[in-house]
Amino acid sequence: MERILFDQLQEELYHEKLPNGLNVYILPKKGFNKTYATFTTKYGSVDNTFVPLGKNEYVKVPDGIAHFLEHKLFEKEDGDVFQQFSRQGASANAFTSFTRTAYLFSSTSDVEKNLETLIDFVQDPYFSEKTVEKEKGIIGQEITMYDDNPDWRLYFGLIQNLYQNHPVKIDIAGTIESISHITKDLLYECYHTFYHPSNMLLFIVGPVDPEKIMSQVKENQAKKDYKDMPEIKRQFADEPSHAAKKKQVLQMNVQTSKCLFGIKALHVDQTGEEMLKNELSMNVLLDLLFGRSSKNYDELYNAGLVDETFSFDYTQEQGFGFAMIGGDTNDPDQLAERLLKMLMVAKNGNVFTEEQLNRAKKKKIGAFLRAINSPEYIANQFTRYAFNEMSLFDVVPMLEKLTLTDVQTLAKEVISEERFSVCQVVPKK
Amino acid sequence: MTAPEEKITQMQGYKLHLVETDKYKTNQIVWRMKAPLTKEDVTKRALLPHVLQASSAAHPTTTALRSYLDDLYGATLYVDLAKKGEYHIMSFLLEIANEKFLNDPSPLLKKGFELLAEILTKPNVSKNAFDQETVEKEKRTQKQRIQSIYDDKMRYSNVRLIEEMCKGEPYALQVNGVATEVDQITPQNLYEYYQKAFREDEMDLYVVGDVNEEEVKKLAHDLLHFNARTPKKAETVDVQKRSNVNEVKEEQDIKQGKLNIGYRTNVCYGDADYFTLQVFNGIFGGFSHSKLFISVREKASLAYYAASRLESHKGLMMVMSGIDSKNYDKAVGIIHEQMEAMKKGDFTEQELEQTKAVIQNQILETLDTAKGLIELLYHNVVAHTDVKLETWLTAMQKATKEEIVDVAKKIELDTIYFLTGMEAGK
Repeated sequence: MERILFDQLQEELYHEKLPNGLNVYILPKKGFNKTYATFTTKYGSVDNTFVPLGKNEYVKVPDGIAHFLEHKLFEKEDGDVFQQFSRQGASANAFTSFTRTAYLFSSTSDVEKNLETLIDFVQDPYFSEKTVEKEKGIIGQEITMYDDNPDWRLYFGLIQNLYQNHPVKIDIAGTIESISHITKDLLYECYHTFYHPSNMLLFIVGPVDPEKIMSQVKENQAKKDYKDMPEIKRQFADEPSHAAKKKQVLQMNVQTSKCLFGIKALHVDQTGEEMLKNELSMNVLLDLLFGRSSKNYDELYNAGLVDETFSFDYTQEQGFGFAMIGGDTNDPDQLAERLLKMLMVAKNGNVFTEEQLNRAKKKKIGAFLRAINSPEYIANQFTRYAFNEMSLFDVVPMLEKLTLTDVQTLAKEVISEERFSVCQVVPKK
Repeated sequence: MTAPEEKITQMQGYKLHLVETDKYKTNQIVWRMKAPLTKEDVTKRALLPHVLQASSAAHPTTTALRSYLDDLYGATLYVDLAKKGEYHIMSFLLEIANEKFLNDPSPLLKKGFELLAEILTKPNVSKNAFDQETVEKEKRTQKQRIQSIYDDKMRYSNVRLIEEMCKGEPYALQVNGVATEVDQITPQNLYEYYQKAFREDEMDLYVVGDVNEEEVKKLAHDLLHFNARTPKKAETVDVQKRSNVNEVKEEQDIKQGKLNIGYRTNVCYGDADYFTLQVFNGIFGGFSHSKLFISVREKASLAYYAASRLESHKGLMMVMSGIDSKNYDKAVGIIHEQMEAMKKGDFTEQELEQTKAVIQNQILETLDTAKGLIELLYHNVVAHTDVKLETWLTAMQKATKEEIVDVAKKIELDTIYFLTGMEAGK
């Protein structure tokens, strides 16, 4: 077991890669009551075209199947795993993103038992036609709930504007129509392809003894018979670098309009340090441009074009990425126009100072400290970084290294009208 | 596993609540002000914290203030509003990095304290009025904030349930104030209200983190001092007993219907059976093993979510679920059956034990976050009680089946609110 120390943060991390390929990480947190564990597979909604284990041809599976599988994994022949967790005083959950499916629990007692339950239930699927049918009603309601949510529609509307072919444009839960094609056999096919330990990461954070936990996990895995897995073959359609669509307006039952401005990312083939540098530069750039202390934000707020819902975010994964800026507004067209102008100003001139950059870096470093108060943040983000061959604990050192030139070079490169798009939600007439 | 210790000190005009712990990388400072909820004041109270956090005398623009926060290693400052029972609570929250985790030794706690005190006591004021431009901007945002509730149907239906259920009671007022009264606020009358609030509100300061008690007391003493006061109590509200269940349906152009059911629990925080009520709620609808989740979602496949939650100081329990409009009768029927089962004691020993285990876990987890800890401790301020954190952990474990059934029998169905799609009934 390897031990990694982070002096400045006063944290330590334990790691071991098991013979079956599973990566296990443990971060002891003294003084906390809660232990939080995530068991995550590198498999999300975008992985919809792949060669199933033991076959030779690519197949395309129905939209929403990764998320459907996540729901169904909780059900066993003798009942529901949620019940078992709550008998053991734990609270369990799961989520599916574009690139990951994570199963998790948190508990303040019976940690070993709960950890055993987590690993075993994820590694022992039980799907039947009957329970698959029943789940279609529940997930159908989840989909309808999101259909009525203007922020979700805005977010996905913008992704659909930006991406022509890439499956990131497909709603994670799929549609009522697409999930109707899901069968128990298809679930098993996805499961066997993507839930091999070598494609997964287990993270445990809490007041635990790392030695004890690691031997428990090793013992558990040694009992299970996993054959070595060939590399998973996934396929993604070619994607142009420009936005698929410039604008989309959704009419919904709302009183306040919304506007989200998007930039399709560059360099989405990156991993590791390169990727970390790119995404941190992008985050710093957005903060300099639109943070609460920026001139632009002040201007937009004073003009009555934005309110406290205004925010921005950058997402980058292997194969896709986007920046999004916006929120509620009285005048979605004018907001879009002003944002475009502000971005072009940043592209065309060297508008930032060292002082501003240093302030933005300090802010990000403080935000990182705040974030690692949270066991949830540590486990989920560490996993995301690891799947992209980065380390969560490199964030601060990398931030410290960023230069004004890095940020300005990126601004000139990534800000480009052909990669812009706008999505708006307006009150239905 | 122990609950952290809260040290309470009476300061000038407020109480200081200190929790020393070294488990966080940041320190948390929270200033809270509480007053009876009234139609007259609520709109001003909802605006005031936003005006105060926009600027100060020393940092007269939002850009200047926010730049300073960034310089303090991205200290976060934000305000929050809440209703607890018949009280309205304004909160100012400042969270700042603990410099021991930084290469830079500047004393951040002190600077954070000074900034919060500046926001509270040295606002951007001239001639007994707040800065006109700031007030106008924040009024505009306040109106938008009130209006935007309509767009989030889950929140909207919950707000509507409370409005219908508590009609005529202060609790029916929205936490963000009354839209039509925003325009009556001026920089002058808001400043007057600011002075009144700091003169009369019950005020509490919470500090959680790896801090030194003497240092915190000195900072609080030097930077925050006000006149002594006897906090005003909210007037007791007489709730009219309903002879029939109040059923309200509202139609909107939406795909999923929102079902919200309100009950009067007749049990509040501080009552002897309050913790039993918590266990009741856990068996009935608080968790994913609860009756509502199992019956509405897992068995009938009618919903993605079906849950209940308590309002501890008002004595309410709210059930919420998102369903197809055509399934209204079915869902309401199932929820009624679950309530009847609870009243008859129709739940197993396992359900009871499971619920206790999960509640215990939930409380301990809450204590792991500074915000959650403050939230739990603040119950005592609202109810003027002195319940120890340990009591939260022990009292619920003692609840028996008979006691839970007794609590169940006190619970009265009051209002069923349904926000339904247009095509319903066609």
